[in-house]
Amino acid sequence: MIAVELLKLLRRPRTWATILLLDALPTLVAALLAFTDLAPRPGEGPVFLSAVLNNGSLFPLAALAIVLPLFLPIAVAVVAGESIAGEAQAGTLRYLLVRPVGRTTLLVAKLISVIVFVLIAVVVVAATAYVVGVSLFGVGSFEATTVSGTVLTPSQIFGRTLLAIGYVTLSMLGVAAIALFLSTLSDSPLAAALGAMAFLIASSLLLTLDAANVLAPYLPTRYWLSFVDLFRDPIRWRDITRGIGLQAVYVGVFLTAAWANFTSKDITT
Amino acid sequence: MIVTHALAKRYGQLHAVDGIDLDVREGDIYGFLGANGSGKTTTVRMLLGLVHATSGEIELLGQPMPSSARTVLPQVGALIEGPAAYGHLSGRANLLLFDAAGRGGSRRTRRTRVGDALEQVGLAGVGRRPVRNYSLGMRQRLGLAGALLRAPRLLILDEPTNGLDPQGIHEIRELLQSLHAQGTTVFLSSHLLAEIEQLCTRVGVLDRGRLVLQEQLADLQKPTGRTVVHTPDAEAARVLIGEGLIEVLDDGALVIASGDAPAVNRALVEAGIRVQELAPQRRSLEQVVLEAAGSSGDRSVR
Repeated sequence: MIAVELLKLLRRPRTWATILLLDALPTLVAALLAFTDLAPRPGEGPVFLSAVLNNGSLFPLAALAIVLPLFLPIAVAVVAGESIAGEAQAGTLRYLLVRPVGRTTLLVAKLISVIVFVLIAVVVVAATAYVVGVSLFGVGSFEATTVSGTVLTPSQIFGRTLLAIGYVTLSMLGVAAIALFLSTLSDSPLAAALGAMAFLIASSLLLTLDAANVLAPYLPTRYWLSFVDLFRDPIRWRDITRGIGLQAVYVGVFLTAAWANFTSKDITT
Repeated sequence: MIVTHALAKRYGQLHAVDGIDLDVREGDIYGFLGANGSGKTTTVRMLLGLVHATSGEIELLGQPMPSSARTVLPQVGALIEGPAAYGHLSGRANLLLFDAAGRGGSRRTRRTRVGDALEQVGLAGVGRRPVRNYSLGMRQRLGLAGALLRAPRLLILDEPTNGLDPQGIHEIRELLQSLHAQGTTVFLSSHLLAEIEQLCTRVGVLDRGRLVLQEQLADLQKPTGRTVVHTPDAEAARVLIGEGLIEVLDDGALVIASGDAPAVNRALVEAGIRVQELAPQRRSLEQVVLEAAGSSGDRSVR
């Protein structure tokens, strides 16, 4: 069943269109930077962008920082929101269930296909950004400076970029679980995706509010940009482990809710 | 093949299905009749484990549902409230995915299985065009092919001829009859009386959630003990029969209170009355259903 879901994901034109769109924004940013040579000053604009002009191999990180706050979560919410509700809307859900595919199996297969989607999206964005970055800005000294001012070797950059890709993927799982849960509630993929997005927008808004400081450590977007800490020397693990823990809690809670709802639900579509 | 005991589904105050005892036997073509909104679809969905029953028991192929869904459902083919497929894929690709989704069915024979099913419903030559460009009839055929994939022992079909033209309906009827001849039990839900009358061996009638009738079609349609006579000499016949005459129908035919058609014929002919047509009276399925069930289910009277 997992293989079937992956096949469905990969054969759907929309999957690739979404990834293409995700790729477009960082590429546009790179092109603009290369032609105008106007990098944001350190500490302003998206992270890593100021360093990119000197070393193109840092551009994958800048690209992740560009898509992470909005583009990537939207794509994840759409794909995860579509998972069950999309089948319900097309009417194929009832045929899958009488095939029979167990409801728990279906839910797990859907979750895995969403995770694979995130991973593909993040890897494609990072890979394209590497090619674009290196060809537009060159790699300079083959060495890069960390946020703390020390120097990283190319292999260190590579390793830490991989870690960052992993962390960004994990960061999206909370959104995925929320959208998947809403997808079992509603028969409309759009409603599920919008619901998950509303949750994220509320979370980002609360983060800017001093009065909401009590809530901050529990908001799903709180630790998203903590992958920057991977580029400090030494790596600051505190926020990263908290971010992973927080995502695990969101995934646990919403997946359980999705499972409880979906396995007891009457399928009337 | 299908047995239910006091099967019921309530939505709040509404009794969508109200304690029905279905009994579909091996080798039946069972016609499940009912007006729109009478609970047919809810019943079908409960049989297949899509909707959870409020109370009552279901047995499919001798095993309890939905607890035995994993072993029972692979032997059941279903078409529920119209076909469904992924619009951007071809019919063949849809069936391949559908076949791969469930357990059972070896991977090596998958292509053959899908090819055979498409052949059976007359879609073998449809090629690679996506389902989104299919006509309603082609989608219906694809849905049927999906139901036939695993050569099921039991077919549960909800309105299988929906959207088909007369030739298509005829083809599907012949297909179902040949499957039945090979030993497949068919459970057919429909509101089209003519379809049921031509195809089924047994009927159940659902009216506002209650099973008001369940019998062999032949028993329902057995002679009523009266004879219908068409004759150009109606007046003379009326005088001759006298007491035995029940009524004169609109088209001039006479209904006679005797089931012995040969004797009636002889009496008429010996009296010099010309007989154009003479037959034992049988009730039509429509009459039976209208007598058993009340008004249309989606009619709501204040």
